[in-house]
Amino acid sequence: MYAYDSFDQSLIAERVNQFREQVARRLAGEISEDEFKPLRLMNGLYLQLHAYMFRIAIPYGTLNSRQLRTLAHIARRYDRGYGHFTTRQNIQFNWIRLEDTPDILAELAGVEMHGIQTSGNCIRNVTADHFAGVAADEIEDPRIWCEIVRQWSTFHPEFSFLPRKFKIAITGAPHDRAAVKVNDIGLRMHKNAAGEVGFEVIVGGGQGRTPAIGVTIRDFLPKQHLLSYLEAILRTYNLLGRRDNLYKSRIKILVAAVGAAKFAEAVEEEWTRIKDGPLVLPLAEIKRIEAQFAPPQYAPADPFPPEVVAKRQASPAFARWMRSNVAAHRQPGYAIVTLSLKPDGGIPGDATAEQMDAIADLADSYSHGEIRVSHVQNLVLPDVRRADLPALWDRLTALGLATPNIGLIGDIIACPGLDYCSLANARSIPIAQRLSERFADPERQREIGELAIKISGCINACGHHHVGHIGILGVDKKGEEFYQIALGGNADENASIGDIIGPAFSADSVVDAVATIVDVYLDRRQEGERFLDAYRRLGQAPFKEKLYAAH
Amino acid sequence: MSRMVTANRLRDGAVVFLAAGGRWTRRVAEGHVAETEAHAAALLRAAEAVPTEVVGPYLIEVAAHGGSWVPLRYRERIRAKGPSVDTPVKQPAPGA
Amino acid sequence: MPLIKAGQPAADPFLQIADGEPLPAEGAIIVSLARWQEERGLIEPRRDLLGVRLKAADLVEQIAGDLDRLAVIVLEFPKFNDGRALSQARLLRERHGYRGEIRATGRVVRDLLLFMHRCGFDAFATDDHVTAEIVRKSLAAFSLSYQPAADGRPSVIELRHGRRAAALGAATEQGRAGGQDCCAGGA
Repeated sequence: MYAYDSFDQSLIAERVNQFREQVARRLAGEISEDEFKPLRLMNGLYLQLHAYMFRIAIPYGTLNSRQLRTLAHIARRYDRGYGHFTTRQNIQFNWIRLEDTPDILAELAGVEMHGIQTSGNCIRNVTADHFAGVAADEIEDPRIWCEIVRQWSTFHPEFSFLPRKFKIAITGAPHDRAAVKVNDIGLRMHKNAAGEVGFEVIVGGGQGRTPAIGVTIRDFLPKQHLLSYLEAILRTYNLLGRRDNLYKSRIKILVAAVGAAKFAEAVEEEWTRIKDGPLVLPLAEIKRIEAQFAPPQYAPADPFPPEVVAKRQASPAFARWMRSNVAAHRQPGYAIVTLSLKPDGGIPGDATAEQMDAIADLADSYSHGEIRVSHVQNLVLPDVRRADLPALWDRLTALGLATPNIGLIGDIIACPGLDYCSLANARSIPIAQRLSERFADPERQREIGELAIKISGCINACGHHHVGHIGILGVDKKGEEFYQIALGGNADENASIGDIIGPAFSADSVVDAVATIVDVYLDRRQEGERFLDAYRRLGQAPFKEKLYAAH
Repeated sequence: MSRMVTANRLRDGAVVFLAAGGRWTRRVAEGHVAETEAHAAALLRAAEAVPTEVVGPYLIEVAAHGGSWVPLRYRERIRAKGPSVDTPVKQPAPGA
Repeated sequence: MPLIKAGQPAADPFLQIADGEPLPAEGAIIVSLARWQEERGLIEPRRDLLGVRLKAADLVEQIAGDLDRLAVIVLEFPKFNDGRALSQARLLRERHGYRGEIRATGRVVRDLLLFMHRCGFDAFATDDHVTAEIVRKSLAAFSLSYQPAADGRPSVIELRHGRRAAALGAATEQGRAGGQDCCAGGA
């Protein structure tokens, strides 16, 4: 993974000094909260329902064990012993004191981490496929480009006060695990007819009040022009994006208002003027960063180790875990292991300091010291020898990280919701917990198959409910929590926004409603048909009928 | 309508309520209640006058209940009591 | 409103003329873009220095042809988090080669100063909260920048690989302020 050079290190050190000084001024009353708020937001510090929430950037969801241990230390020393992994591959701590943040940032800087631009109307953490670099279907590692974009977007003098926040995601594989189509800019790496790798540029995707799937404004962008093209898009957005209405300020609104073709034209025109300027990436820099993402030295490894064969036969639980939580690796004899942060009845995406330390140790023992964060709020050990899978599974089981539910109905995304977030209208965590308990039986989960439930506690959609196969949105109806259900959303390359199926359900009845939906699916599905495909074939009618049948 | 001022403490973000004498307390039961519009506005102004103590003060409605005060809005009850879900560990807040 | 240029308090030779206010017979004046466009015939022949005030929503193309006539362009930050003037300034400097004064007005807050400077602002019309000393300190807060901008400072990529490598195959944009040719090779 990328290691800072002295330039990168100096920049964050200067930022820590700057923020320390800003905090001091605020505590001394020399600046008002109005002036201070954007500064603390741009360092990732939010004022939430109960306390300050601190969001630390995990660039493209990649961490090393030393960094993860530091996060564990921060959880223990400065917070309440746990952290929450988010749908943008970052981590949040919920109980941070403002007066501690300069010290926390200094400790983070010591391991090349920060909270820069995890909030505010600026370019946020660039997210990636959590299987980047190791996925069997990958064309090229997108993290190289995520790092290039990260540097270009950090403290960008022109784009730090945009109309609204800006999210970029990059995928390097045909199967999109990074949800690029629901980001403000999505970049999909692919080959042109000449066999060169470049980017498809997709703009205007996003969730929130007006969910939208992004539109392609350029089919193929050569790599060395990436930054100039992004600059053209951002400049167009900065100048023309609406600033009068918070709910109409994302780039998706601008693209819809002027039309994709006109928007593309405006971008191309701006780009033509800057494409051969100083933003052309020198080959030396591309190579320098590429080298840092070179794969580790893989020792030759047996693709069918006898330990695994034996354990699969001896332990149905192990076999189940292998089916759901272990994915194919591009290197024969290796595997990608997802650690489920969705234990039955647990809080999705939360991990204790003890778990984080243990995972860091496991990464060192089994995964070349590297961990990934998935936007589905799980962690990944990307480089595990297949022969180690039985031993790893034993360790993970003891830690509560081996629930065999990845991609299944138990693998629920939930935002923090009204339990933590001052923007929320309803709680999401208790719903996730009850759903998780209701569908805990692993055999039933396997029977149901691929089904992504995503829950948001408000219209801001941090739980990605618009792209859930079953999406749940918490709303406030006359002071009570109600839950609106949408079906058929999807986040990958065949992205779609879910359809609301009818009136919202009470907190008491929403879990039964989901169970009814699952029953209808099981009843009507064709051989081997996933929930999403069955829904697309059947439409809403059979589900609505059962859900809203007069009793 | 019974109302009280709440805010977050600047230094550590803790939820606090304005008590008698301009003191800030973590317990909603100890908050100073205003029964009139004018009194509520005055309390809010007093809270806004101490930006180095608290951030974002606002008024909440409360009701008397079992000898104490309870916020009327569900959101404010969660804010006063803490998350309705168990945190993964039982570790007290630093310095608590 | 106090003016700060080159890190020092500066006298402002310009009179700001509001729309509808009669033009003084002589003296350096700044008028709005709308007025410049409507009364250009009256204003342009004046012997003294001229300046134009743009709103955040104005496109700089509208004065692109007049730049050699304008000694100052005033760009506005109507709210401190409205960053449109940052793009306006960069376009004036880098696209159109403007070499006159670009002055920031409106909510000119301390923590935007460095960004403003990097985008090509060289004068700040501030209230008393932002002193000359604060301007100097803010501009010195960061010694490095990842991106090329209008201030001519070498980007980190250029420092890593040498300026020539960074400019390989590219014509430098017209009007980019010349910085010192910096060290070749990175750290």
